[in-house]
Amino acid sequence: MAERVWRGWAMRLVLLALTGAGASHAVTLTDDRGARLTLTAPPQRIVSLLPSLTETVCALGACERLVAVDTHSNWPQAVRALPAVGGMDDAQVESILALRPDLVLAATSTRALARLESLGLKVLALEPRTLEDFRRVVGQLDRALGTSGGPALLQGVDAELAAAATALTSAQRGTRVYFEVSSAPYAASETSFIGQLLARVGAANVVPGALGPFPKLNPEFIVRADPQVVMISDRTSGDLSARPGWSGLRALREGRVCRFTPAQSDVLVRPGPRMAEGARLMVACIQGRIPAGRS
Amino acid sequence: MSARGTVTAALALTVASLLLVMLGLCVGSAGWEPLTFAHESASAIVWEIRLPRTLGAWLAGALLALAGAVAQGLFRNPLADPYLLGSATGASLGVAVFLVGLGLWPGLAVGWALRWGMTGAAFVGAMGAVLITVALARGVQHTLRLLLAGVIVGMVLGALAALVMFHVPEVMRALQSFMLGTTAFIGWEAVHLMALGLALTGLVAWGLGRNLDALSLGESTAASLGVALGPVRMALVVTLALATGIAVAQVGLIAFIGLVAPHLVRSFARPTHRGLLPLSAATGGVLLLSADVIARWALAPQELPVGALTAVLGGGYLLWLMHRRSW
Repeated sequence: MAERVWRGWAMRLVLLALTGAGASHAVTLTDDRGARLTLTAPPQRIVSLLPSLTETVCALGACERLVAVDTHSNWPQAVRALPAVGGMDDAQVESILALRPDLVLAATSTRALARLESLGLKVLALEPRTLEDFRRVVGQLDRALGTSGGPALLQGVDAELAAAATALTSAQRGTRVYFEVSSAPYAASETSFIGQLLARVGAANVVPGALGPFPKLNPEFIVRADPQVVMISDRTSGDLSARPGWSGLRALREGRVCRFTPAQSDVLVRPGPRMAEGARLMVACIQGRIPAGRS
Repeated sequence: MSARGTVTAALALTVASLLLVMLGLCVGSAGWEPLTFAHESASAIVWEIRLPRTLGAWLAGALLALAGAVAQGLFRNPLADPYLLGSATGASLGVAVFLVGLGLWPGLAVGWALRWGMTGAAFVGAMGAVLITVALARGVQHTLRLLLAGVIVGMVLGALAALVMFHVPEVMRALQSFMLGTTAFIGWEAVHLMALGLALTGLVAWGLGRNLDALSLGESTAASLGVALGPVRMALVVTLALATGIAVAQVGLIAFIGLVAPHLVRSFARPTHRGLLPLSAATGGVLLLSADVIARWALAPQELPVGALTAVLGGGYLLWLMHRRSW
């Protein structure tokens, strides 16, 4: 008799613990717009509308919970099989709703945000733009998804970054680099994410941060700065020596132009879990291990 | 003859509108996909996405075409279009400034501002541009001066918008998509707003229809016919600016509809302005809605930018019309 009472209590305790555990999944997050979002259970059907967020979700081990991604998400391999539902300016509202997602991840400047929210979808707007942003986003996603891989992920990235930071010899450190984002020419300055990585590996950026993260430069500025190394995307660069004054540029004379392939550029411009790989690409470039391609 | 043409045109446009609305409900992200109401998300897709989008595209087209017909009547110029008084570049500048603000204070994109931020900025920009134009022309007494001021304001505000884009390249992508125009994000609120706007501006314009007829005979003739030129012009400018601003705020800069719709109407009927204004509006609605359906359908599941489509289709049709009638 006493034993049965005891077992009854034990059952109740177990039940309480279970429901308690269920309730503890309810998390309230404040996203990068300052909007508050409450998730009562870890989301199982996620749509990601930003490549860096897609990559972070997968790095946290929740790749199989993604049901759709944006058109530019292409890593890891698994997300290429998912339906692509547009991007920041052309998100396909109807396709997204038809997938019945329980969480939509998007950049704060995504045009469809208001429309998606007015249709009753839960939207977490995150805008990773810098190294610090990436840390914060990992923490927020870890909480939102109910995963626990965040700290380990950050530790891994930190360790790899630290290794990349010591890869350059003291002679190579301080190499003056010009990183062109697009051929207008827009450059990545010290305050951009790319600039942060350059600083981390020990290179010197010829474009100061005071100009803003991605300033449009006067071509003369680059000729005057005379960088030792030019980093550029294979997608946008034409014949560099044909640019006025560029044929005399030290980087061109010494053949130190790195033309990153589209896949390498993706790694370099996304503030995501592959940033250490991006740092290693920069190191490889400065050490002359990236082919110059046509020049 | 003309009256019969007008009635036929009105009937044809009504039937075309109804058919296109049905079509709009059946064409979605996967192309031709008429949904049965078997489960909840299907009915949400039809009622919350396809229907408002379809109606919204029609309404936006109608507003632009109405504005175009008013502009062509007011300026007695067949090349006049709704963006004549600088509202297009004004709206671009408004959106550019808003996007830069969004980058500086991401908190802007929450709640009220999230819902009305971009549309509000575009509307304020469009109306502001027209106000500057009217101020520069020192009122609306001289149509030519108004026209020139509109061109100047359009140029300068466009340059300012380009300058903003130059300095803050992050907004370039979003701004370009606004300039192309899209019907993809129209919800019920936008539909209600545009319906109200169309009713209001349509009624005012229709009420001023006789005055537009008189104006088409020349300003001195109109004055001798008893048209109070000043107030009528002001009312027409306000109508034009409101109709354009409301449409542009919701769908961005859709090209060509406002210019081409009145010409289309004149190609199959020769109505007075009381007939031309509603027929133009209906034609604009049919045009933009067809473009919207094609934009959804042609490359499904991808979408074409509807603004690019209207420019290509509208331009092609106008060219054909021009050659046929040998103007």
